[in-house]
Order: sequence, then structure tokens, then C-alpha cells
Amino acid sequence: MTDAAAPAPASGTTSATPAKSAPRRLPLKPGEASGGARFFAGLLVIGYALIAMIPLVWIFATSFKSPPDSIAYPPEVIFEPTLEGYVNLFTSRTRQTAEYIESLGPPQTWYEELVRKRNMVISGPSRFADRYWNSVVIGFGSTFLAVFLGTLAAYAFSRFKVPLKDDLMFFILSTRMMPPIAVAIPIYLMYRELGLSDTAAGMILLYTAVNLSLSVWLLKGFVDEIPREYEEAAVVDGYTRLQAFRKVILPQMRAGIAATAIFCLIFAWNEYAFALLLTSGEAQTAPPFIPIIIGEGGLDWPAVAAGTTLFLLPVVIFTVLLRNQLLRGITFGAVRK
Amino acid sequence: MAEATLEAVTKSFGETTAIDGVDIRVADGEFLVLLGPTGAGKTTTLRLFAGLETPDTGRVTIGGVDVTRMPPGARDVAFVFQQYSLYPHYSVYENLAFPLRAPGRRQPEAEVRRRVTEIAEMLRIGHKLKNRATQLSGGEMQRVSIGRALVRAPNLFLMDEPLSSLDAKLREDLRVELKRIQRDLGATIVYVTHDQLEAMTLADRIGILDAGRLVQLDAPRTIYERPATVYAAQRLGSPQINLIPAGSLGTAPAAPACVTAGVRPEDVRVGTEGGEAARVIAVEHLGAETVALLEVAEGRHVHALLDPEHRIAEGAETRVAVRPGAPVWFDRDNRLVSI
Repeated sequence: MTDAAAPAPASGTTSATPAKSAPRRLPLKPGEASGGARFFAGLLVIGYALIAMIPLVWIFATSFKSPPDSIAYPPEVIFEPTLEGYVNLFTSRTRQTAEYIESLGPPQTWYEELVRKRNMVISGPSRFADRYWNSVVIGFGSTFLAVFLGTLAAYAFSRFKVPLKDDLMFFILSTRMMPPIAVAIPIYLMYRELGLSDTAAGMILLYTAVNLSLSVWLLKGFVDEIPREYEEAAVVDGYTRLQAFRKVILPQMRAGIAATAIFCLIFAWNEYAFALLLTSGEAQTAPPFIPIIIGEGGLDWPAVAAGTTLFLLPVVIFTVLLRNQLLRGITFGAVRK
Repeated sequence: MAEATLEAVTKSFGETTAIDGVDIRVADGEFLVLLGPTGAGKTTTLRLFAGLETPDTGRVTIGGVDVTRMPPGARDVAFVFQQYSLYPHYSVYENLAFPLRAPGRRQPEAEVRRRVTEIAEMLRIGHKLKNRATQLSGGEMQRVSIGRALVRAPNLFLMDEPLSSLDAKLREDLRVELKRIQRDLGATIVYVTHDQLEAMTLADRIGILDAGRLVQLDAPRTIYERPATVYAAQRLGSPQINLIPAGSLGTAPAAPACVTAGVRPEDVRVGTEGGEAARVIAVEHLGAETVALLEVAEGRHVHALLDPEHRIAEGAETRVAVRPGAPVWFDRDNRLVSI
């Protein structure tokens, strides 16, 4: 889902750039687009953004539809919004006879009222909140670990004489050369032996291992860009290497760390195959849970859409919060120091 | 302030020998400039003083103490880098205060403020203290860099081409300022440059480096007048010294060993009686003086420095001679022949 979200903010920023640039100067600089070309480029970007946004808008709209509206054909574009999808997402319900519901007396809350319209009563909370919390713990936990370990490794590879440095870096890269899912079965068996199946610790470990190669390689690039003179100046001034790292290098790696963290989080947050294979009762994350929310007579599409909408939020918020760092991080050395 | 020495120091990086048996003694309060082209070992020499490199053999001392195995922080030296040494995430004030907040050298905040303000005033950046380091112009950045070395009053200042990234006018201003500060503080400075003008104007003594060896270490004037080798002769003076085979242009070798005459352009006489026929190839009018390039024989060129009154046209035929007694003589191995 977030894969679909990724192009949208990116194209958003691209379309903002021409608007922000300085007022028109004449004559044109070489390489600068003329007014007509800029208009056309803007149109193209906006058009692309609209196409990229369609699935998101669709999901968001569906989450506010009633179940009949959600499967209506032709699709309902104008509809009466309801929170039923969200209520269904967070509750489990049982069908009851009209007489039984009558005997319960008037509903106490707005969501109970909503449920009773369909001749149902709430029997308890659903497991969605648990699954969501698992995603948060596993996603952010593995991101933190991958970035933390990646930063240390990247610094060491960048600054110290590590024996077989190039071979080690290649080895780290090679762990990503085949799709992780190719080793799913051995990992499944190992995890079962080690008691890591269906545990948050196991999933954090797995996602950290998968993300670490990306993290080390990305961050090493960022450390390489920071001139050694910075640390040497601090060391000559009487700081230890560790203090120099903390006071001088780390603050300058902020952009790189932010960019790396987002990439790691997006992977861990969206990962589906391993989550499906290795988790079930305890440590299941949201991705394998959301698509199997069953309503009456099949999938409960509004609840699925509601779950997806809520699932999108953390990555969007995380990305928006770090967008300045991210922009600098992704453009690498292009921005003047 | 203190004296500092390198004693028979050698340093290699893999196959390359960066420093080859160098002996340098910097006197207390001396401004020593190391001059040489890229790759001559200037920066490595500085880094050996600072402790950023450890010598393979030999000793480093500062203030009479053997610091060969001492880490940089314990040596109490200050290093000014060519660029990059300001921390972009700190303000100017924080950059200047950084050395005073180092563990083991930590000063009370009031003292830090006093020192930083004083140094900032001295370098005329007092009004910029609150700025981010990245908001400064090149000249201001380099002042802050120098200021960061000055706040601590270390034993020894090490400066690695601190002015080379600046434009000509700024470089000149800062050069004068740097010399004034050094004199006021009585600071001991080892200064690296490849700019001969900087070397001539700043140095008490110049050390000429060639491929990791110290060729000559003397006062600028001595090196100019009595260069130890052809290489040293070519490092100072613009245009470069003329190298003339013994006997031509009226030069008379003083000893059998004399093979090449080194003649400064100001000692070449143009348009005189005698001498050899020459053709004027190029004339550069520089205001106070005029530089002429002359072709003496097939493919042999001579630079001459002329008075501004001396009118001469490109393509003209003239006669060239060397002022008697002017040449310095070099032997077959390009070494100075002492007479």
C-alpha cells in the first residue's frame, strides 16, 4: 500500500519546486526551460500525481462506505459516509435476533447503535489493535536497530583500516542479492528450532538482518562525505575519538540517518511474506491481518480499507516529520554544505 | 610557546615514502614555512608534529618533551586546516569555544566567553559570533579557523595552507594580519604553503621539501641568494631562475665543477654591448617592472626583468648578457658549488 503512497509525496515536491523558484528573469539562462515548457512540465507532474493518488483516494473513500456501498456496481462515487468500517475493524460482533436486541434496552454508545442497525451486537474488541501494536514494535524496533548498528559499522568501514574491508563490504551487499523470501523455508525451520517463531524479538531480528546491508551501504556513503579534518580538528583539540564522533560526526549524519531510517521503516512496515509465514497468534503484524478481515458473506471491504488507511498513517507522518532531512539525505552531496 | 623538533623522521604510506629522514628544529617564537609542490611531504610533516601520523622511525619533541607516541590531544598543539574544519552545525561562538570545552582542558564558562570574545575582536569577527558557521564568507570562515587555534594559546601552531582557498585580496589582508598576530603573541608556527610569496613574506625561515626530503632550511633571503640545489633555486623567485650552461651568455665558471649557472631574471642584461644575439619572444608589462622572454639559441630561453623605461618590442633582435658575478653555480648533481 505504501508503495503506492511513495510516488505521491515525491511528485508533490517536484511540482512545488517550479512554483518556489525565483521570479522570471530575462534573458533565459542556458538550460532553463521556457514558459511554455514549464507549463507543460507542471501539467505532466500534476497529471501523474493525480493518477498516483487514485488508489489512495479509493481506499480512503471505501473506508467510509457502508458494506453494500463498497461492493455496489457501478461504483458509488457519491455516498453517505459512515464509520461502520472503522467500528467493524476494531470490534468483533455476533448476529442476534431482533427480540434479543430489543431486550438489551437502548444502545449506550454511538458505535453500538451503528452495529445494532445490522442486527448485531458487539461481543468484544477485535485483534486489530494488537496487530497494529505489533507492527509498531517490530517496525520501529528493527528500524532503530538497523540504523544504530549500521551507523557504527559504516563509521568503522569509512574511517578505520579494516582487514578485508572491500570483501566484507561486498559480503554485506551480497546478502541482498537474492530475494529474502528465497530463504524463507530454512529461516522458518531455524526459527521453530530456536523458539523465535511468532515472537516480536524474532521478527525484529529478521527485519534488522535484512535491512542492515542497505543501512551500512547508505550510511557509509554519508560518513565518507564528511571530511576527516572535522574529527582530526576535534582530536587535536583534546577530544577522544568517541567524543569527536558524538559531537562532530553524528550531528552531520542526521540527514543520512533520517533517509536510511525511512527506507528501513518502509521495508519492515510493509513486509508481508515473512510476517505471514512466521507469525500467527502472538506476534502477527498488520499486513497479514488486514486482508483477511471477514464480514458477513465474504471480506468486509470497508473494514479492510479502514485498516489500510490507519496502516498508512505512521509512515506518512514519519516521512513528513523528517522531510527536510530526507530531501537533503536523498540528494546526497548536491546541496551546498 | 615552545620549540619543536623532528629528528631523523621517516614515514611511509604503503609503498610510498612520504617523509625521508627529515630533521627540523623550530625555535621558540619562530615562524617556519614549509614550501614545496603537492606531494613533497609538507602536510605529512605537519601531521607528524600534530600526532595525526606516527613516524616509522625517528623522534618528535615539543617543548623538549618526547611526544613521538603521544596522542594528538595530549600534545597541546593547534591545527588550522586548509578548509572544512568549521563545524556546520555550530554557531561561530560555539566553534570558537569548542577547544576550550574539550575534556581535560575544560574552562569555566565565564573564562570561555572572555577568551572567545577577545579572539573574535582581534580577528574582527566579533559581530558574527551568533551566526552559523555556514553563513560566513570564505575569509570569515578562515578567520574563525585561525581563531579556534588562537583561543587556546597552545605550544605550537600548525597551519596547513590556511589561506589557499581564499581570493587574492583576502589572502593578502589575512597574511599581513597573521604576521602581526604572530609577532604580538610570540607564537611558534609551522606553516605549510606552495605559494612562494606567502613563504617569503611570512617566514623567519623557509624549509624547502622535495619528495619527502628537506632540501634546505634557511632564511628566505639566504635561500634566494644561495640556494642549496637547483630545485631550491626554482622554488623562490618569479619568473623562475634561468639555468644557463656554463660559458654561454658571458658566464665564466669559477671552478671546474661548475656546470650550470643559475641567473635570476633581474641579473640578465638586455640590449648591452657584447653578450649573445637574442630575439624577443614575449614582453609582459607588470607596471613596476617588465618581464621579457628571449630566445638566445635554438630552443634556449631566458627570462629578463627590465626597468619600466626599457622600451622593447616583441620580435626585435637584441643582445643579452649576464651581470658579471651574478650567477650561482651548480655542479653535475644540481648542487650548489661553494666558492
